Amino acid sequence: MAKIIVVTSGKGGVGKTTSAAAIATGLALRGNKTVVIDFDVGLRNLDLIMGCERRVVYDLINVIQGEAGLNQAMIRDKRVDNLHILPASQTRDKDALSAEGVEKVLDALSKDFDYVICDSPAGIERGAQLAMYHADEAVVVTNPEVSSVRDSDRILGLLSSKSRRAEQNLDPVKEHLLITRYDPERVSDGDMLNLEDIQEILAINLIGLIPESEAVLRASNQGVPVTHDMKSDAGQAYTDTVSRLLGEDVPLRFHEYQKKGLLSRMFGGGRR
Amino acid sequence: MKLLEFLKRERKKSASVAKERLQIIVAHQRSQRDQPDYMPMLEKELLEVIRRYVNVGQEAINISLDREDDCSVLELNVTLPR
Repeated sequence: MAKIIVVTSGKGGVGKTTSAAAIATGLALRGNKTVVIDFDVGLRNLDLIMGCERRVVYDLINVIQGEAGLNQAMIRDKRVDNLHILPASQTRDKDALSAEGVEKVLDALSKDFDYVICDSPAGIERGAQLAMYHADEAVVVTNPEVSSVRDSDRILGLLSSKSRRAEQNLDPVKEHLLITRYDPERVSDGDMLNLEDIQEILAINLIGLIPESEAVLRASNQGVPVTHDMKSDAGQAYTDTVSRLLGEDVPLRFHEYQKKGLLSRMFGGGRR
Repeated sequence: MKLLEFLKRERKKSASVAKERLQIIVAHQRSQRDQPDYMPMLEKELLEVIRRYVNVGQEAINISLDREDDCSVLELNVTLPR
C-alpha cells in the first residue's frame, strides 16, 4: 500500500508544484517507487517543472474517463528510475475530475507504488479538496507572509474536516509544515516572519525550510527538479525535507543569517 | 529635542505586526472551523431581530457555540446601550 501525500497550500504561487516535484524526485532518488500526480486540471504545470511537457500524450482525465490506461498516461522520468508523472489535462474543464474517478486511480496506483504525491491546485475548491481527500499525510507549503499563513490555516481546517480520514473517523491526516522562500536576512532585519512565529501560529510540525534561492528558478527554467542540484541550498534543503518525511532526524539548515564578510561583499561571494 | 526623540524611537518591526495580526485572524478562523454551516446565517438573522427592538451594532453581539459531551450550547451575548 502506497503512502499518499498531498502537497497543498491554499494560496497560489507559494511553491506547491516546485515542492511536489522536488519531494517526489527526492523520494525516488532514495529508492522509493514514486508517482507524482498533477491535480490542477486546466492549468497543468507539473509536466513543465519535471521537464516532460513534450512527452504528454494522455492525462489524468483520460484515465478517469476510460480513454486511456494508467500505464499509457504515466510518464516515466528520464533521470530517476523509480519516478513516474501523471499529468493533468490542459483542455478539459475541472468538472471532469470526479470523486469516484480519483478514488479508482489512487486505488490502482496504491498497489504498485510506495509513494503517491498529489500536487494540489491553489484554492479551497473542488480540485483542491479532491487532491487532499485521500491523503495520509499533507505537506502544507507556506511562505513567510500573512496571506499565505492565513490560507494555510484554512487548508488545515479542511484537512481536519473534509478528508477521507476525517469523514471515516480514522487517524487524522499527518500534517507537515514546509516553509518556502525563507530569507534569513530579512528575518534578521525584522521584516519577515520567522519560522518559530509561523510554527507557533499554525501549530503543526515543521518538515522543512527552503530558503529563497536562485536555484529554484534555474531549475524550473531547465525542467529539472531542484533536488538534482545538490550544490544549491534549495536542493539540499529539499533533500533534508525528504529525509524527514522518511522519518529521519535531520537538523535544520539555511535558517540563520550569516553576515557577509568584507571579502565576499567585495567580490560578490559565491552564487548558490 | 523632539528630533532626537523621533530619531531614537524604535520603529515597530513589520514582522511582529504581521504576527499579531495573524494570531488574531487565525484564532477567529479556528473558532469558526467546527461550527455548523448554518451559523453565519443564524447569526445574521438573530442580529436583524434584535435590531428591530434595539439599535445595536454588529460588535455588540457575540454568539458562540460550545460543544459539550452530548449537546451543544448556543450562547448569545448582547451589550445593550443605556
